[in-house]
Amino acid sequence: MAKKMYDTPMLDQLESGPWPSFVTGLKRLAKDNDMMVDLMGQLEESYKTKKGFWKGGTVGVFGYGGGVIPRFTELKDENEKPIYPDAAEFHTLRIQPPAGMHYDTKTLRWMCDVWEKHGSGLIAFHGQSGDIMFQGIKTENVQPAFDELNEAGFDLGGAGPALRTSMSCVGAARCEMSCFDEARALRTVINNNLDDMHRPALPYKFKFKFSGCGNDCVNAIQRSDMATIGTWRDNMQVNPELVQAWVAKNGKGELVNQVINMCPTKALSLKKQGTESKADGVVAVAVDGEDCMEIDNHNCVRCMHCLNVIPGGMLPGKDKGVTILVGGKGVLKIGATMGTVVIPFMKLESDEDFEKLNDLARNILDFFAENALEHERTGEMIDRIGLVNFLDGIGLEIDANMVAAPRSNPYVRMDGWEEEVAKAEERKSA
Amino acid sequence: MADLRPPIESGAPDPMPYMHPVMKKNYGKWVFHSHPKPGVLYHRAESGDAIWTVKAGTQRQMDTYTIRELSDIADKFGDGYVRFTARSNIEYMVSDEAKVEPLIKALTDAGYPVGGTANSVSMIAHTQGWLHCDIPGTDASGVVKALMDELYEEFIKCEMPNRVKLSTSCCEINCGGQADIAIIVQHTKPPKINHDLVANVCERPAVVARCPVAAIRPALVNGKPSLEVDEKKCICCGACFPPCPPMQINDPEHSKIAIWVGGKNSNARSKPTFHKLVAAGLPNNAPRWPETAEVVKKILRVYKEDGRPWERMIDWIDRIGWPRFFEKTGLPFTKYHIDDWRGSRVNLNASNHIRF
Repeated sequence: MAKKMYDTPMLDQLESGPWPSFVTGLKRLAKDNDMMVDLMGQLEESYKTKKGFWKGGTVGVFGYGGGVIPRFTELKDENEKPIYPDAAEFHTLRIQPPAGMHYDTKTLRWMCDVWEKHGSGLIAFHGQSGDIMFQGIKTENVQPAFDELNEAGFDLGGAGPALRTSMSCVGAARCEMSCFDEARALRTVINNNLDDMHRPALPYKFKFKFSGCGNDCVNAIQRSDMATIGTWRDNMQVNPELVQAWVAKNGKGELVNQVINMCPTKALSLKKQGTESKADGVVAVAVDGEDCMEIDNHNCVRCMHCLNVIPGGMLPGKDKGVTILVGGKGVLKIGATMGTVVIPFMKLESDEDFEKLNDLARNILDFFAENALEHERTGEMIDRIGLVNFLDGIGLEIDANMVAAPRSNPYVRMDGWEEEVAKAEERKSA
Repeated sequence: MADLRPPIESGAPDPMPYMHPVMKKNYGKWVFHSHPKPGVLYHRAESGDAIWTVKAGTQRQMDTYTIRELSDIADKFGDGYVRFTARSNIEYMVSDEAKVEPLIKALTDAGYPVGGTANSVSMIAHTQGWLHCDIPGTDASGVVKALMDELYEEFIKCEMPNRVKLSTSCCEINCGGQADIAIIVQHTKPPKINHDLVANVCERPAVVARCPVAAIRPALVNGKPSLEVDEKKCICCGACFPPCPPMQINDPEHSKIAIWVGGKNSNARSKPTFHKLVAAGLPNNAPRWPETAEVVKKILRVYKEDGRPWERMIDWIDRIGWPRFFEKTGLPFTKYHIDDWRGSRVNLNASNHIRF
């Protein structure tokens, strides 16, 4: 039995309603946990005053410089004594989950045991960076809690100006859209560069994210400094029976409305059977007794829309790989920016391919470490120095797939034109 | 130092030992999926093996009782394997279709809503808020609980034109991320500076450098080194607050809530987009934020009625145009909606494309 609970009339109002209530969970923990009694006291104070009462500090584990989020209460009385002393220290351990966030129940139960022994019993699956967040622990318990988790195969994640914990979609584990082994890519890139995660010394944070296709279920293009997105370069695969079944169920009109008209590059069209184009890359699939849907694969941008609408009827091609984009980030400081294509296509199948991906990641991390200003994200650095200088720095060739459109102003010195044309010819013939 | 244990730098664990055996066996070999009903997915592999997934909402901030209860359900009604999605939904995978209905019943009976698949409103991606953040303008878990209570029916049904992803963020840094509808704190007054503390707590050049509009400069205040803010330039973003807590940006009254719509992570149809401002000035009204919920529900109501199949929020707005979005939702269009940040003129209408 823990000490007496505080009255929490504001928080109590979050116990009603059909969605699972975190407040009910906090109360269950507070029954035999003084830390949670005081945590609820402080949280209720925040609800009353609309103010936060945590400050950071320095707490860590032996051998690492990051991965623990320290929190000390700022709610103190006139003698500088914490008003809620048992939650005066309420740190979080960021722990990297298995890639793809898979768990068996034995592991989940064991995590509960560990966190009840050392911490508050409050765990978030997962934080926005993808960490398991073991929340609420006193400074003195941080090392033993980490030791127990670490010895069972779990490691701290990233925090501060460091390589951050990564995320990959469910991908190959359960999705027909998957174009590469997302978990392997994540573990290759992250686990070969852990020094930058555990000993924060980068200009600012650096995030890798891995999505198996253009649906980008882990928001890699919007949210990561280097996004690896699955794609393919041959014709998409089609299963005519499944396409016909879809048309039989939904009608040809809806095929036009929901599939053909929504293709962003007009790579799909409805034709009378027998009038299909014979051009290279054009595939026709019969949709019923009279018509067929023509797919112009060379003009398809792998957006995934038609594959989403007719699952299994249309599938990624067999010559799969990835597109790499660099420079996605959130608001601070110049506003949010999307990633930019730096590699339109690379294979990601053989050991050498994965090694190449890791070399690229390492190369970009090194360039970022050396050239970004303090507190500057990769996207901001590219904004400042220009994409061409960035590509030069990491040794990548330019490619027309990197732009949405060519320059629309004349403000550039172009006396190297002949030389650049020669390079372009060389790239073409390579 | 001798008794300190050096860490094992193992990094991200291999998922294979934690993965459902059917998923492991058919890794990379899936060929088909369907959506039998809200909250349920069916996947089939090349081998003919199949797996059913039942998805349920959680409170994300889970006590050990909740996690053990979810594990009990997995052991009793599932196959003992689960995974979590990027939006903190839990997924139960079973290789026997007969397990699906009892699993749904067990989850529902225990209070975990089954849904969140396909064209439903999924769980709100969120941040830490008052519970654990050092710079929060509001709570996160509470906003999400209040909103999901209101959106419960849209989570367990699939009645939207396409999937709807929501996020909340307790300051303008927007850790909750881009979303079809994002709920984000918007400060409306410059920071109040505690000049007694600045010299001891803040690295002043670093704070000056953080300001996106160069509104902060070093100053001597009451004989002490401090900082001052040019309040005419200040955009009230709060970027100075994390490196310098005496630059108090959070204000119980003037830290408001803004609503942004049309963020899209997927490349499907249009390229990915960032969300755009549609409403602001909503009160930070804990513990249930009714004014915010009202605006979110209003936007969803109009989108549900007017969107066509497969149109995400931004696809729908692109089709009908922003003026009609404001008209249909009844939200006021103000001068603050007109972007004046760098590069902003690409967001202006440079054509005669006007709908009448």
